[in-house]
Amino acid sequence: MGSNVVFYAMYNDDDVLKDGAKKLVAKGVKVTDVFSPFPIHGLDPIIGLKETRLGIMAFIYGLTGLALALIGMRYIMITDWPMNIGGKPNFSFLENMLAFVPITFELTVLFAAHAMAITYFLVNKTIPGMVAENPDPRTTDDRFVMELRLSDNSKFSEKELEDMLMETGIVELDQKHIK
Amino acid sequence: MHKEATIREPLVLGHKTFHEVTEDVCKPIEGKAPKTWYILFAIAAIIGVYGVGCILYLLGTGIGTWGLNKTINWAWDITNFVWWVGIGHAGTLISAVLLLFRQKWRMAINRSAEAMTIFAVFMAGLFPLIHMGRIWVAYWVMPLPNQFGSLWPNFNSPLLWDVFAISTYLSVSLVFWYIGLIPDFATIRDRAKKPVAKKIYGMLSFGWSGRAKQWSRFEMVSLILAGLATPLVFSVHSIVSFDFATSVIPGWHTTIFPPYFVAGAVFSGFAMVQTLMLVMRKAYNLEAYIHTKHIEYMNIVIMSTGSIVGIAYITELFISWYSGVEYEAYAFINRATGPYWWAYWAMMTCNVVSPQLMWFKKLRTSLTFTFLIAIVVNIGMWFERFVIIGTTLHRDYLPSSWSMFYPTHIDIGIFVGTIGLFFVFFLLFTRYFPVLALNEVKTILKSSGQSYKDGDAKTPAFSIEEQHLADVKMKPSQGGADENLKNDNN
Repeated sequence: MGSNVVFYAMYNDDDVLKDGAKKLVAKGVKVTDVFSPFPIHGLDPIIGLKETRLGIMAFIYGLTGLALALIGMRYIMITDWPMNIGGKPNFSFLENMLAFVPITFELTVLFAAHAMAITYFLVNKTIPGMVAENPDPRTTDDRFVMELRLSDNSKFSEKELEDMLMETGIVELDQKHIK
Repeated sequence: MHKEATIREPLVLGHKTFHEVTEDVCKPIEGKAPKTWYILFAIAAIIGVYGVGCILYLLGTGIGTWGLNKTINWAWDITNFVWWVGIGHAGTLISAVLLLFRQKWRMAINRSAEAMTIFAVFMAGLFPLIHMGRIWVAYWVMPLPNQFGSLWPNFNSPLLWDVFAISTYLSVSLVFWYIGLIPDFATIRDRAKKPVAKKIYGMLSFGWSGRAKQWSRFEMVSLILAGLATPLVFSVHSIVSFDFATSVIPGWHTTIFPPYFVAGAVFSGFAMVQTLMLVMRKAYNLEAYIHTKHIEYMNIVIMSTGSIVGIAYITELFISWYSGVEYEAYAFINRATGPYWWAYWAMMTCNVVSPQLMWFKKLRTSLTFTFLIAIVVNIGMWFERFVIIGTTLHRDYLPSSWSMFYPTHIDIGIFVGTIGLFFVFFLLFTRYFPVLALNEVKTILKSSGQSYKDGDAKTPAFSIEEQHLADVKMKPSQGGADENLKNDNN
């Protein structure tokens, strides 16, 4: 067993793939990945993908921006140089807070949006210069590919997996041997 | 999965398959540009270059080259700034607010509307920058530690809020737009035959593979960015209105400004979207994706925001009388009957009267009429900003200082130049970028495409009914699949 077999089962419809995945998972097959031109709604729970935690990260980044804005403006306007504007000097943070609301909001959004976008690029491994890994160029057009690995499904033989895939309405089946 | 009622008109006309969607959107990018594109590009570029020349002359000589004087210290510059920012608002509204409301018709127009937003905000940002006079010290607006006795910018000033608001808005819109573009660039990359194109789109697509996990993250990020951009879009124009509303100038000192500006921004933005979209759908043969229904939806937005703007104008008038402040009252009487009466009535006709015509279904579904009204609204909204800024300033408390504003050729050159530059950017966008969120459109093909609506779906392997039953059976319930079916009313 030096080499590992990867199956790329190609479908021409997202619902057929979803249905096929449902049947395969019910039989105990592990679907490694799915490549599709657009998000297939309802597929994630079937193939056992957990919900992304990017939302939580965005919230934390937003809080960072909020804190930074408040601390920064407090230092600049109240502590370091209490500017006297129209005879109304800035001595009290609480009384001046209202004027800081717009920028506090903007910085919260700025931090949440950009830090989340950067995190998204990093965890997705979509960074300029990266090489795409979709098995077939048609998966960004109108084909949907399900990836199965023999190593993830050790209780089935190569033949059994192939037979099961054949029953799910595929249009093409590709096998690859990788080390 | 969300299913749309059959009585609603399909959002994608013709029995399109996934591949046809790709073909329709990628064709114009892969083929040769038509001659008209080159002609339009050349015209836009010439005007744009002239504008840049005027800007360079202004920077070299000074703000005195504008028609400003000591009474009218803000005129076309800030008028143009507010006009462009306002135009920018439609793109974010379409892509963010309509995403939160799950309005699927947005998918056909969000990409190009957002491109329009970004380019419009570029143009808007230019005006405050060049208005500084000494653009090389523009970085002084940033709170940077410095040697001038630690001189910080004033965080109580709405002008500084504006700096933060506009830059946040521009950069967040850019990121939102680009994240949506990545999968579509991947589609073009995988289709590209020429090695150079493959390389460039490969770079632009950041190595997108379309894995299930990537898509799941993509949807989450889009949703959160929409959630962040929604309050952002409202905050930006509110803050722009604070530039005026927090002053003590009669005519500016009104609390109605923020909502009124936001409504006006959406109003003018949609008018610009209509102007661009009506031409683009024709030039790129996208009539199946952006059809009369989309135009009608946008016209309804124009009509409702136009009505809000109309109410705001009338409220302003009423309050200026009701407040009993004679300076306030004079500011408004002067707008309507003073030397700039024509600007006021141009604004009233274009912004209050013309959108009301959209109540007639015949008119709001007529493409020629829509195009005409869109242009009228664009002009009207420019006049609105001029009325608010120029007409308010030209007669202040001291009659000996009253004056008029006459634009110089530099004023005109810069304004027209930004329109040229805007179209240069937009034409380049339509030439090299997917003008339609093609992969997003594919997701609504089954629920809102004509095949589904006509009931003769050919793409799905099993019918919608079967799909629905399967979905119902899947739902968790104590009673099992049969119990689920019993409780289902559809």
